Amino acid sequence: MTEEILIFLGGFGLLVRTVSSEFWRRPFEIRLIIEQIFHVGSRSLPLILITALSTGMVMTLQFGIGLAKFGGAPYVPKIVALSILREMGPVFTSLMVAARVGAGMASEIGSMVVTQQIDAMRALGTSPIRKIVVPRVIACLICLPLLAAIANVIGILGSLIVGTNELQLDPQFFLLKAVTTLKVSDWTSGIGKCVFFSLFISLTACYFGLNVKQGTKEVGLATTRAVVVSSMLVLIGDFLLTKLFFILF
Amino acid sequence: MPALIEIQNFEKSFGTKKVHEDINLDIRQGECLGLIGGSGTGKSVLLRSLIGLERPDRGQILVDGIDITKLTEKELIPVRKRVAYAFQGGALFDSMTVFENLAYPLRAHTDLTPRQISEKVMKLLSDFGLAGNDKLLPASLSGGMQKRVGLARAMILNPDVILYDEPTAGLDPFNTTKIQDMILRLKQMGKTGILVTHDMPVAFKVCDRIAMLENGRIGVVDTVETILKNQDHPIMHFAHGEVA
Repeated sequence: MTEEILIFLGGFGLLVRTVSSEFWRRPFEIRLIIEQIFHVGSRSLPLILITALSTGMVMTLQFGIGLAKFGGAPYVPKIVALSILREMGPVFTSLMVAARVGAGMASEIGSMVVTQQIDAMRALGTSPIRKIVVPRVIACLICLPLLAAIANVIGILGSLIVGTNELQLDPQFFLLKAVTTLKVSDWTSGIGKCVFFSLFISLTACYFGLNVKQGTKEVGLATTRAVVVSSMLVLIGDFLLTKLFFILF
Repeated sequence: MPALIEIQNFEKSFGTKKVHEDINLDIRQGECLGLIGGSGTGKSVLLRSLIGLERPDRGQILVDGIDITKLTEKELIPVRKRVAYAFQGGALFDSMTVFENLAYPLRAHTDLTPRQISEKVMKLLSDFGLAGNDKLLPASLSGGMQKRVGLARAMILNPDVILYDEPTAGLDPFNTTKIQDMILRLKQMGKTGILVTHDMPVAFKVCDRIAMLENGRIGVVDTVETILKNQDHPIMHFAHGEVA
């Protein structure tokens, strides 16, 4: 286990170094980046919308029922809006993207390794990092913060629906409380974390995909590992980044 | 003929398994060298090493006097433009059409306009008997066609050397003959070739010399003419299935 972790850290570090050097090299692979934005962004949107809506609704219900016993229902908009913007929106969105997109990336790249397509890229004098990894990293860097921002809005909308229908809160009061509670730093800390999460997800998925050695069985293993490791990085990173942002802002 | 590629004291292991020990071999300009041997003797590993897809544990591979084993991925690019690799299964990019697969190296390494790229791709497809298949995805091609597209893609930058990794494996006689004729045509154009194969009739037809890998070393290397004259030659024994 320790050996596996050390191999992962070493390989991941090397991948980060290579990606960093290839990241700014021109010409940019615009067509490939747009293709990946479609895969990462547009195709993840329905899943993100459903996750965000149900998260907002469930949180409002849970908090509402609990706080109503003490006459605290009017505080629900504040609590839910803050929770969604700072934590639930970015983290749940990232976990969903890690599961959907991370798995897809790892299996696609792993299959390309098995069918020698990655070798063919190298043999044709092109860099798989530049053609495969960098467009996926850029697409995640663009899409994940945007998806999280959309998830935040939809989460609050879900909260509003339950708040007005189940807790009998006035919609105007709900929105006023939610909006006046939120500061710019609440938005930026959540979205800022997504920048790091997008790197965790895309680089981890590409690392496990590229390290498939033999056969289709390993593609399945790489896919599972990519989802597990990137989800763990998101969750561990969330704590560390939250702490860091509290210190900085 | 001068040696274009020189393999010197080449050694390669995977974990505890030693695949090659002290391989020495020259490939001469314009010749087609056959590389044969039993399964698992490391023919493809040696072939992959010639363009830096595998790194040796020890030894040198000189391409036109440059030791490619010391080069980085970036420094290998000029070598990979000169030495093309035709993969066993074609290794076509499955998300791209046949046209895009062939255009890929041109877009990466030349300043040709889209029109020039299109003309060049279409001409090559026609030369390889693949006209009309440009819009198809690799998955909808037969195995033989995939190999021919892979060979066409390897040829598109007009390399000096072509490495063929079992180009006729798994093909019917018709497609085998087609591939064999293509290799012969490329040889007539002056291209140097290294052919890894188990298909001995094809090897005898297209190669000038044949080298046999045995126990991690080059056991024997001889001209096809000499081999065919001597029924007791070790390569003839291999061809007749008398040795593994």
